Parts: sequence; C-alpha cells; structure tokens
Amino acid sequence: MNQARQLIRKALGTYLPLVPFLIFALFPVVWMLISSFKSDRELYDLSATPFWISKGIVLAHYRELFFETSFVTWISNSFQVSILATAISLVISVFAAYALVRLRFPGAAVFAVAIFVTYLVPHALLFLPMNQVVNFLGLADSRWALVVTYPTFLVPFSTWLIMGYLKSIPKEIEEAALIDGCSRIQVLFKVVIPIAIPGIMCATLFSFTLCWNEFLYALTFISSTTEKMAPVGVIAELIRGDIYFWGALMAGAITASLPIVFVYVFFLDYFMSGLTSGATKG
Amino acid sequence: MASVTAIERPGATWQRLRQRLEGETAMGYMLVTPAMLLILCLVVYPFMMAVWLSVSDARVGNWGQFIGFGNYVYLFGDELFLRSIRNTFLFTFSSVALKLVLGLGLALLLNKEFVGQRFVRGAILLPWVIPAALSTIGWMWMFDPLFSVFNWTLRELGLSEDGVPWLGRPGWAMFSVILVNTWRGLPFFAICFLAGLVSIPKELYEAAEIDGAGPIAKFWYITLPMLKPVMFIVILFSAVLTFSNFEIIYILTQGGPVNSTHVFATLAHTVGLISGNLGRGAAISMFMFPVLLLVVFITLGVLRKDDS
Repeated sequence: MNQARQLIRKALGTYLPLVPFLIFALFPVVWMLISSFKSDRELYDLSATPFWISKGIVLAHYRELFFETSFVTWISNSFQVSILATAISLVISVFAAYALVRLRFPGAAVFAVAIFVTYLVPHALLFLPMNQVVNFLGLADSRWALVVTYPTFLVPFSTWLIMGYLKSIPKEIEEAALIDGCSRIQVLFKVVIPIAIPGIMCATLFSFTLCWNEFLYALTFISSTTEKMAPVGVIAELIRGDIYFWGALMAGAITASLPIVFVYVFFLDYFMSGLTSGATKG
Repeated sequence: MASVTAIERPGATWQRLRQRLEGETAMGYMLVTPAMLLILCLVVYPFMMAVWLSVSDARVGNWGQFIGFGNYVYLFGDELFLRSIRNTFLFTFSSVALKLVLGLGLALLLNKEFVGQRFVRGAILLPWVIPAALSTIGWMWMFDPLFSVFNWTLRELGLSEDGVPWLGRPGWAMFSVILVNTWRGLPFFAICFLAGLVSIPKELYEAAEIDGAGPIAKFWYITLPMLKPVMFIVILFSAVLTFSNFEIIYILTQGGPVNSTHVFATLAHTVGLISGNLGRGAAISMFMFPVLLLVVFITLGVLRKDDS
C-alpha cells in the first residue's frame, strides 16, 4: 500500500512534469527525421496525418542529397576544417593554460583576463572586419579561411576550460618531477599532459562541436559551392529563391547533425562535466 | 614544496629556486606567445578595424574615408535601427527569462533520483548539441504557412481553422524566434543549474527540516541563494550569446516581416554585406560592445569574489 502510494507520487511528481520538457526537446528532431523519409506526395498533402509515415518510407530525399548536391564535399569540408582548427587550437591552448596556471611571470594575470574577454567577444561583432582580414590573407572564398579564424574563439574557450582542469590537479606531482631533474618542457609533456587528458578531451569535444556548428563565418567568408561547410551548404543550396526542398532539407539537417550526435552519445559524460565546470569555475 | 626542501641543504635549494624562477618567466612567455599572437592578429586587430570602419564610409572593396561619427548619427535617426535596438532587447530579455525559469524547473526535476535519469539528461541536451542552423530549418518547416504541423494540430482539434501565422505577422514572428532560441538554449541552463544543485550540501536541507522548514521554505532559503552564483554566470553568458544571435533570425525571418525581428547581428549583416555598406554595418556591430564590456566587468567581479 505504502509502496504503491510512493510509486504514484514519483510518477506524478517526477515523470509527469518531465513529459512536456521531453516533448519540447525531442519533437522538432523527431519531426525532422519523419519528414525526411516521407515522399513529396505525402509531405505536401494537407489531409494526411503528419505525425507518422502512411504512404511508405522513401529514401528519395537522401538520394537527392547525396547524388544531386555536393553534400559529400560539404561533410568532408566540415570534417577537415573542424579537425584542423581543433588540433591547432588545442596545442596553443594547452601551452597557454599551463603557463597561466603554473608559471609565475609578469603579465600573466593580464593575459588571463585578455583570454577571458576574447572568449566572450561575439562573432557578430567582428565578422565584417574579419571578412577584410580574410581577403587580405588571400583566403577569401576558401575553407582555409575558417581554419585560420576558428581558433580565435576555440583558443580562449579551450584555454579557459583546461585552466580550470589544471587548477584541480595538485602541484606537488610536478614539483616532484622538477626536483627529480626534469626540465619544465619535460614536465609539461611527461607529467602534466598525461594527467590533464580528461580536460583536454573535453576541450577537444567542445571545440569540434563549436567548429561544426559555426554559421556566421562559414556563411560570410565562403561562396563557392565546393568550399562550403555542411550546415551552410544544406541551407544555401536546398533553398533556391522562394523554393524550399523540404524533404531534402530535412534529410540534410539530420545527416549533417549525425556526426555531432555520435560524438555526443559516446562522450556524454565529458560533455556534462565540461558544461558544468565551464559554468561553475568560469 | 616545503616538506621536500626541508631535507635539502639550504644553499642548493636557493640556487635551484633561482634557476627555476628565471626559467619560469622565459617559459611563460614562450608558451603564451602563440595564443597572444592569435589574439593580437585575429581579435584585437579586427576589432581596431571595426572601430575604423564604423567611422568611415567604407564599402565592400573600398577602404573609404574618415567621416567622423557620421554613421552613428545616421543610425540614431534611422527608424529601422531604432527598431532593431528594441527588437534586440526584447528578444534577449524574453529568451533569457524563459530559459531561466524553465531551466530552473527542469534542473529541479533532473536532480531527483529516478529510473532512466541518464537517458533523460542526454535527451534533454540534444537541442543544444545539434547545429543551430540545421535545427532552425526544422523549426522553419514546422512554422510553414501551409504545412505547419502546429496549425494542422490546431485545425484537427477544432481550435483554429486558419492556424497561427508563425512567421507571417510581426508579433508572432518575434514569438517564434524567441521560442526557437529558448528551445536551443534551455539545455545549457538546465545542466548548469543541475551542477549547481548537486553541489549544495545535503546537511543544509536536513538542518532546515529539523527546524521545520517546508519544501517552499527550503527552496527559497537554501536552493535559490546557493544557486545564485551559478545563475548569475549562466545568465550573463547567455545574455551575450542571445544578444549577438544571428542564425536563428537570419534563417527563420531574415529580419522580417516588415523588419519586426531585425536584431543587431542580422541588421549588420544586411547593411554591411548584402547592401555593401561596410562602415554603417560595422557601426551597428559596435553597439554590441558596451553590453559585452558590461558583462565582462560583472563576470570578472563575480569570479574574483569566488576566488577569494
């Protein structure tokens, strides 16, 4: 009797209020997935019930996406840019974070603040002059423009995140290594980096996601079809004037989100810890 | 450190310490240089250029002349710009307020122990993970004037024959972009608040219970005050991001209908790149700077207080 009452209370107090949140969070994604598998005939049929597929699952939109657009190139561009920009940024960030947390040198505090301020500078503030800079570097209309500019927001972010992680590692381990005769560089590579792997992993995941999801720079720096990143490519090429190719758009949105969703499902705990440490430790 | 040096001869320790200090400064600068160069060349320099552009009549492909505060003076007399200020603040304020209230509620729910907790937490994060530009396209399809799934449902339920003009009327369009922004940002709020909730010591609640506090009193006198620092930081971060949001509005409404959803970012893009008036576009962007500065100062103050 008591147990039953407890169960009901749990259902009413926890599960029931969660339902609207879950529907709100998941419905748009489910809706995109359903739409991408519908035939055009069903997609544009006002009398059909939109919540399920009644006239057969159709792969036409995916076929259109893969064979009639440069989707494969866009995905490949997204991977190239995201991996390269992330790799460059992490090397820079690990060095900077270590120096700022562990080494005492004049100007360190000022530099830490500079990193923090840069972290908050919105893209929308800098995209117009950045466009000029990219032209000046001869990178206009090339995905390399993104490899060069993405570190501007990845480095502050990753440095800040890795700094938070390094602060939580006791100094004594490094000091022991220094006294044993290791040089600073050796300490960095043989002691600090191996211990900081979880923090670095977390920064890597977030950086990759930020690159993959970036839109404003990817939209404004690049106009050639074959240089585009996946999100911009899907939106720019499947909306032609006033005509929206909804089926293919949904297929593209789902497929271009998949790599990020995979990364996130595998590393959910890293995402969680990164989010929370980013928030509480700044 | 102290325990190790204690057993060494004082002279040797002193020498080692000096060596290390000397090395430390050089090392510090060496390791920080790449990041410093990046920030100087690709953040500070473009920012100076933004300042220059905003006081020039530069156009795409033309460096332009110095025209003083001409762009700013023009903007303050421009109905469209004044409207975009109102839009930006309305958009930011409403979205952040919604994310705050809903995020707090969701975090309180997620903080309970229940079967399937991990799955629910993961599912809740999904909107925040997938590219905003792509999920916004999904929302656009849900807001379609003819085939909107919401309007279909309203029609079937007999609530509204014509449906809602989600993106077609100024008021509704603003509502829709706020809704999508809330959808996208809610997981971030919820998970950060959840982290804050987890870190509140259980003893506080136990002590309050002994003193006879009910659930509302516990929430008001323990949960909220303990969450305040996290809430503060999350709100500030989100305010900067929402204030400068581009893709949701660019994709859903392009600032329309009749400019009712234009915000700083979309207007700067339209004026600066589409119309090619770089100087004026940069001047619009510069209006984000005071807000950014304010947030930076407040956040640094809060962080410093936390450290001490």
